[in-house]
Amino acid sequence: MKSAFSAAIAITFGLVVLAGYFIDLSLLVLLRDVFLRYTVILAAIALVVGVVNLLMVHWRKMSTAQGGSSIYSLLLVVSLILTAIIAGLLGPTNTLALWIYQYVQLPVESSVMALLTVVLVVAAARMLRRSANWFNLLFLATALVMLAGAVPLFGLNIPGLHGAGGLREWIAGVPSVAGGRGLLLGIGLGTIAVGLRVILGADRPYGR
Amino acid sequence: MITPGILGLAFVLLFLALMLVFAAMGRRRPGGNLRVLRAYQRLTQAIGIAVESGRCMHVSLGSGEFNGLQAGAALVGLGVLERVARTASISDKPSIATSGDGTLGILSQDTMSTAFAAIGASNQFDPNLGQVVGITPLSYVTGTVQVVSSEQVSATVIAGHIGSEAALIADATSQIGGITLGGSDSLPAQAVLVASAQEPLLGEEFYAAAAYLNSSAINTASLRAQDFFRWTLIVAMLVGAVLKILGVV
Repeated sequence: MKSAFSAAIAITFGLVVLAGYFIDLSLLVLLRDVFLRYTVILAAIALVVGVVNLLMVHWRKMSTAQGGSSIYSLLLVVSLILTAIIAGLLGPTNTLALWIYQYVQLPVESSVMALLTVVLVVAAARMLRRSANWFNLLFLATALVMLAGAVPLFGLNIPGLHGAGGLREWIAGVPSVAGGRGLLLGIGLGTIAVGLRVILGADRPYGR
Repeated sequence: MITPGILGLAFVLLFLALMLVFAAMGRRRPGGNLRVLRAYQRLTQAIGIAVESGRCMHVSLGSGEFNGLQAGAALVGLGVLERVARTASISDKPSIATSGDGTLGILSQDTMSTAFAAIGASNQFDPNLGQVVGITPLSYVTGTVQVVSSEQVSATVIAGHIGSEAALIADATSQIGGITLGGSDSLPAQAVLVASAQEPLLGEEFYAAAAYLNSSAINTASLRAQDFFRWTLIVAMLVGAVLKILGVV
């Protein structure tokens, strides 16, 4: 009974919002906007629940003292509480809150991005070790051409690779765009299919 | 006058009608004649290995917002999570899910709770199995890498909106001897998953998860409707290109 009730609510709201996008009726558009505003409020509450969940998980890790990971958990809990107090009391645009963003969060995230570059090189090597087939070789060769063609090599522009009409520009403008659009079309159709399954009640991400 | 809105509605209604027609046609043999996708075969094997080795499966739902365009990928991820949680629940260590969005975190807990209840093991459910590990893309990945390492996962399934940072999760899983499979709605993530995951899912393959993991008539029908429109679009584009070359349009 509870499950049917949840499904009925989800289907009704889904249909109204979907119709609000396609049919230009003021009542439908109004309802769509109101429902979407409710969603934003609920998402904000869910975010708070998520942060509390994060705190609880790391609190438990700290209390059960799982080796080195408990130090990371302690660091996370202390940083989270400190940042919440500073940004909550002084406001997110306060100098101290901005200092945390500029000198803690940005450098840490930039470091993770830098790490990603190394990880991708290792991943490419692992991919070849796993299977050195034509597809993987072509993938790697294309990546190398794009990388080499991104900037002049030791200050030299290689004819046919760099600049307008070069190999890099052709790959970026023709096969890359064509492949990307093909994938995006597939993603678009897939998203419609998933949405319709939710509206039909076949997929129920809200439990049964 | 036909407005873009009416055209869009007609497209969606046609899609819906095709899904219902295919569902009615395929009621006798749901899941029949699907082409082999190695990633879904490996997923079933990975669940078996996790159960036998006493290690856990990890489903990465990504850091996309559930109330945005990325919801489609998140819904696919929740479907994968339900299947993984249900099948691997007999393991000594239950599956875990990580997400980077509050709503997705709550839904992942609800999905796992439903999966445990479905097999009569509600008492084994722990809300902390569905964790929100960070709310920006990079903090999400950093938190997920820590979960992967500390929980000693045997396989990571990436199923949701995530960027090129997905490679870091795949690398962390690989370092502890696990495998990574999955897909995303983001093109950079798909590109890095080709290199870093053992079984990447590209484009619409990712959205076929429901049909491959839960072969009900409607899931298979939605996949057939997708295929129908995909081929229609391919033919339309080819015809358009030929007409353009001939100077007709």
